[in-house]
Amino acid sequence: MSNVTMKVNGKPVSGDVEGRTLLVDFLRGPLGLTGTHVGCDTSQCGACVVHVNGEAVKACAMFALEAEGAEVRTIEGMAEADGSLGTIQAAFQEHHGLQCGFCTPGMVMSAAALLKDNPKPSEAEIREYLEGNICRCTGYHNIVKAILAASGQDVPAIAAE
Amino acid sequence: MPKDHGIGASTKRREDVRFLTGKGRYTDDININGQAYAWFVRSDVAHGTLNGVDTADAAAMPGVLRIFTGADFEAVGGIPCGWQVTDRKGEVMLEPRHPVLAHGKVRHVGDPIAVVVAETLEQARDAAEAVVPDITELEPVLDMKAAVQGGPLVHDEIGSNLCYDWGFVEENKEAVDAAIKGAHHVTTLELVNNRLIANPMEPRVAVGDYAQHDDSSTLYTTSQNPHVIRLLMGAFVLGIPEHKLRVVAPDVGGGFGTKIFHYAEEAFVTFAAKELKRAVKWTATRSEAFISDAHGRDHVTKIELALDADGHFLALRTDTYANMGAYLSTFAPSVPTWLHGTLMAGNYKTPLIYVNVKAVFTNTVPVDAYRGAGRPEATFQLERVIDKAAREMGVDPIELRRKNFITEFPYATPVAVEYDTGDYHATMDKLLEIADVAGFDARLAKSKANGKLRGLGMNCYIEACGIAPSNLVGQLGARAGLYESATVRVNATGGLVVMTGSHSHGQGHETSFPQVIAEMIGIDENMVEIVHGDTANTPMGMGTYGSRSLAVGGSAMVRATEKIIAKAKKIAAHILEASDADIELKDGSFTVAGTDKSLAWGDVCLAAYVPHNYPLADLEPGLEETAFYDPANFTYPSGAYACEVEVDPETGKVTIERFAAADDFGNIVNPMIVDGQVHGGIAQGIGQALMEGASYDEAGQLVSGSYMDYTMPRADDLPFYTVDHSCQTPCTHNPLGVKGCGEAGAIGSPPSVVNAVVDALQRAGHTNVTHIDMPLSPARVWAAMQG
Ligand code: FES
Ligand code: FES
Repeated sequence: MSNVTMKVNGKPVSGDVEGRTLLVDFLRGPLGLTGTHVGCDTSQCGACVVHVNGEAVKACAMFALEAEGAEVRTIEGMAEADGSLGTIQAAFQEHHGLQCGFCTPGMVMSAAALLKDNPKPSEAEIREYLEGNICRCTGYHNIVKAILAASGQDVPAIAAE
Repeated sequence: MPKDHGIGASTKRREDVRFLTGKGRYTDDININGQAYAWFVRSDVAHGTLNGVDTADAAAMPGVLRIFTGADFEAVGGIPCGWQVTDRKGEVMLEPRHPVLAHGKVRHVGDPIAVVVAETLEQARDAAEAVVPDITELEPVLDMKAAVQGGPLVHDEIGSNLCYDWGFVEENKEAVDAAIKGAHHVTTLELVNNRLIANPMEPRVAVGDYAQHDDSSTLYTTSQNPHVIRLLMGAFVLGIPEHKLRVVAPDVGGGFGTKIFHYAEEAFVTFAAKELKRAVKWTATRSEAFISDAHGRDHVTKIELALDADGHFLALRTDTYANMGAYLSTFAPSVPTWLHGTLMAGNYKTPLIYVNVKAVFTNTVPVDAYRGAGRPEATFQLERVIDKAAREMGVDPIELRRKNFITEFPYATPVAVEYDTGDYHATMDKLLEIADVAGFDARLAKSKANGKLRGLGMNCYIEACGIAPSNLVGQLGARAGLYESATVRVNATGGLVVMTGSHSHGQGHETSFPQVIAEMIGIDENMVEIVHGDTANTPMGMGTYGSRSLAVGGSAMVRATEKIIAKAKKIAAHILEASDADIELKDGSFTVAGTDKSLAWGDVCLAAYVPHNYPLADLEPGLEETAFYDPANFTYPSGAYACEVEVDPETGKVTIERFAAADDFGNIVNPMIVDGQVHGGIAQGIGQALMEGASYDEAGQLVSGSYMDYTMPRADDLPFYTVDHSCQTPCTHNPLGVKGCGEAGAIGSPPSVVNAVVDALQRAGHTNVTHIDMPLSPARVWAAMQG
């Protein structure tokens, strides 16, 4: 067991973990942040995406110890200060971009990372960026719409194309 | 103007807020004080004699509490099957024992052999590696035809791999044979409906808990139907009476059928928690899900369609081998029979139909219902053979369909069901419009200029949802009722809680169900709360599958609410000193007809619980009602789908360029949610048609056992879809006039994709290509183009 210290959603946290403990298991277990999900064991589904030092990372593909000293942001840290939904979250609700909600935290975290780098992505860019996030419920239609809307683009015009 | 509340409004989903902020409560999010962790040791061979399991070294490892093997489960029941099919000769199907943990033999890769329970997950996993099963490998049987022609026996004790040989309608067989023999034209098609893995994004999880103070067990599980699990596991496996057993299915991350069934892991954690007197948790890895979740489809079919010279359908005959896998999963026997044979008429007036199905045991993971369950298999073969017939006879495939459409309702098919309503020309007309079929030639020219082949495929579908009524399905072999329940509890201050037997795992019941009640009473949707998924606080229900929630569960809720309203009117009549026949409820207030005397909804609710001015001699206080609704018939959604593809002639890669769906779901409660259901179904159907396929090698190893090998559709594989449900012929026998929309997309889309690819190849001169088996991978399409 080794001690690891990091900042999660702005709060300093620390805990004792094994060398093999994954970041996602540290978040879900000791920290109780169960919004980050585990959908696979081959790092392909993206249900576990969080931000580590501002970058989108699959938390199942990183050891907790590797996040020593890092700033981590999870779905629990995405709402506005007053607790209302953030822009991307609100767009997902408005455009029905989720059904069972299991892929959703990862989708929102990936979308946030995309929009940070590319504030007005095209439909094709969004679809390509989501290559590492699998959703089994929505057929992606409304997820793509939600991300277009969150970036301030005219959704009906693009989706009608 | 679209409505902004009540029935017909696209109310935004209230459950989204918790899912979008990480506050969902899925089964794996549940941790019980002092819980131990289970890790399953599974067979890595497809077939073998299990001589024993050496657990000595593992048992001595740190943290290990106990190791369970098949011997521990000899005294309990096997995993039961919920449907007994009777074969052509009137004999019941062969039903082998399905032990919780393998005993004597292992029958598929993934068959559970032993379970290590330890203090931590890591300790359980480490110790599991030290468990040594002693297995003498046997030759596996994987091919269905080989299995029934003297292949190795999966279950020695039943003496055959043929579970049943079913004929439907048996009395029609001779007439069908004769009609096909004498027909002007017969089109024959042999095809495979590929084996799929449902892959809800949340892997299965089960947490067993045991309370010593009252000797009661609780199971938290990723299930679509907690009451059914409680009944099957309590009564047939563990012998726990239902009043000592609670099953909770909290937020569930998608189901698609594979979370209907009762699984060994659920029985295991419940059993082990009681043995160890502490909670036991099991969470599947995705790799484990691939080899332990029931798979779907896997039919091999030959279909023959007989036509007269004018293109009228005369008779249809189909022969199907349906894979059951190594054991009978909960509803497996019903899928290729009653959920498949009864749908073979499709949208057409075919007077004579005969369906033969041979269900076969093989050394593979059990196969059961997956989104659509039997209906996609029926639709695929029918809509493919019609396309092929049109080509052979040189007629337009849409015209051929139109010529044979059923146009008068109710319509009794030759396969024992009666369609109540539908308008197949209307959905076809709507499809041609929304798919812009008129613009196809221009798009074709553009594709050609880009060096691509382009094709257009269309098809119709009919679905049967809300399988019912219970007395009929009982005769067909169901060992369950197929009603649904709801308790509506009105609180003293006017808010309502609906406890429904339906279960939401993405369908949005918490939003759509209140829309119905709010409309009936005339109150705000936010005054209604939905409770589901917990046997402790909901009436006995059958759960959610087969697109039944609104048609059956919603109807139960309507019936219970009608009782509430009737009683509330009596209370209002007493207070307003009028006769209850004169009381009207509108916009949340009760008025005496023709007067301005009125009473608010909340005042009546309060009176029900503070019955001071109340007809106590005639009426009990309180305002709470329960209804069980058992439908008179199935509902029959229908529709027409169109797909346009481009094919790269160099590589065989298919891309979906356009996809349109015109559905008739009857009345619609929440159009936004309905659109979403169709989108998701289409994506799964396109996945089946182009990408997905569970594949076994000769040794019985699942070679598509992870997301690296099993191709899940991703965002960049799919286009935006054009969906429409403005054609509405309401169901005539349920109070909401709704039909169900959950599976349509997955049923309707595979044939249009394959029809489109065949069309593209035909247009490019590959006239010998009449069919390609799914999934239409680049390799298969390329090979088809080579001749
Ligand atoms: S859990 Fe699937 S990518 Fe991390
Ligand atoms: S919403 Fe269920 S997996 Fe995406």
